[in-house]
Amino acid sequence: MSLMDKWTRKRNGMNEREALDKMAAGGPMDKELSEALVNFKLSVHAWSDAELSRPRTVAQGVRRRSWRLAVGLAMGCTLVAGGVSGGVYERHQKQEAARIAAEAKVADQQRLVAAEKARQDEEDLLAKVDSDVSRETPSAMEPLAQLMAEDEVQK
Amino acid sequence: MATGTALEAMTMGTAAEIAAQEFTRVVERHRPQIFRFLLASTRDVDLAETLTQECFLKAHRNWGSFRGESTAMTWLMRIAINLQKDHWRNRRMQFWRQTRVNSVDLDEASEWLPSGERSAEQKLLAKEQVKRVWESVKGLSERQRTVFLLRFVEEQELSEIALATGLSEGTVKAHLSRALGRVRAEMGGKR
Repeated sequence: MSLMDKWTRKRNGMNEREALDKMAAGGPMDKELSEALVNFKLSVHAWSDAELSRPRTVAQGVRRRSWRLAVGLAMGCTLVAGGVSGGVYERHQKQEAARIAAEAKVADQQRLVAAEKARQDEEDLLAKVDSDVSRETPSAMEPLAQLMAEDEVQK
Repeated sequence: MATGTALEAMTMGTAAEIAAQEFTRVVERHRPQIFRFLLASTRDVDLAETLTQECFLKAHRNWGSFRGESTAMTWLMRIAINLQKDHWRNRRMQFWRQTRVNSVDLDEASEWLPSGERSAEQKLLAKEQVKRVWESVKGLSERQRTVFLLRFVEEQELSEIALATGLSEGTVKAHLSRALGRVRAEMGGKR
């Protein structure tokens, strides 16, 4: 781009800016723009007047809103009920699991106690047998002991 | 003493009554303008109606503090502009809320034209022009749009716009110039 082009562009830009500033300050506008702005104003006025004179449809809006509210409430209640029942079910499941675990623990303990008792009984029985046998032994050996005693007397 | 108190009470009652009547007149007179400005700003009939109600409610609450430093219209417009600003700010903050926008599209907004003696061709041309202006208004910043609508729809003076928006006259002029540039470009670009 030549220097001349740049200068021309800059000058055109400045002219454009000046023109816009003048228009903004209430100066003259080109015909098309002025016409478009007038049509725009008339259009907005017509729309606004029509809306102001139109009977309000508050009832419909309220009904629609109340429907929305009812649906929202129903969904909310469903969610809350779902949440609560889920929580209750979860709690129940936990309680059941805890109960089963406790029962299993008790059963284990009982099994251990029974095993211990059985072991103890067996030990007691063995001990009893041992003591019985040891008590029996002297009488069983008595004739030999007597013989031994006689030999000693003969000497 | 008692007579004085009764007189004072009566005077105060009368003053309140006069103020209420005055306010009713202000509402009747300026409601269409406030509604129109909010409608053009939001392109949403329900929202414009709600904001208009809020504007007059706020004005009613503060009617006692209105000192007449500007016209009632400028004072009301200032309230409306602030309400509109608050609305958009809250909407941006509450993006998780209802996202549905009730704004009518530009085609629908351009449909409205006064029922004058125009030929079909003129009507079509006017509709096209109105649509282009709406398109450029849509692309303006919030301030530029406010200033543009106050100037070219409400036909307010620059000084009045400055008072209503709380901007200096120079700033108003600058915003208006940029807005006009955009409208002009839109008109020229799609010719």
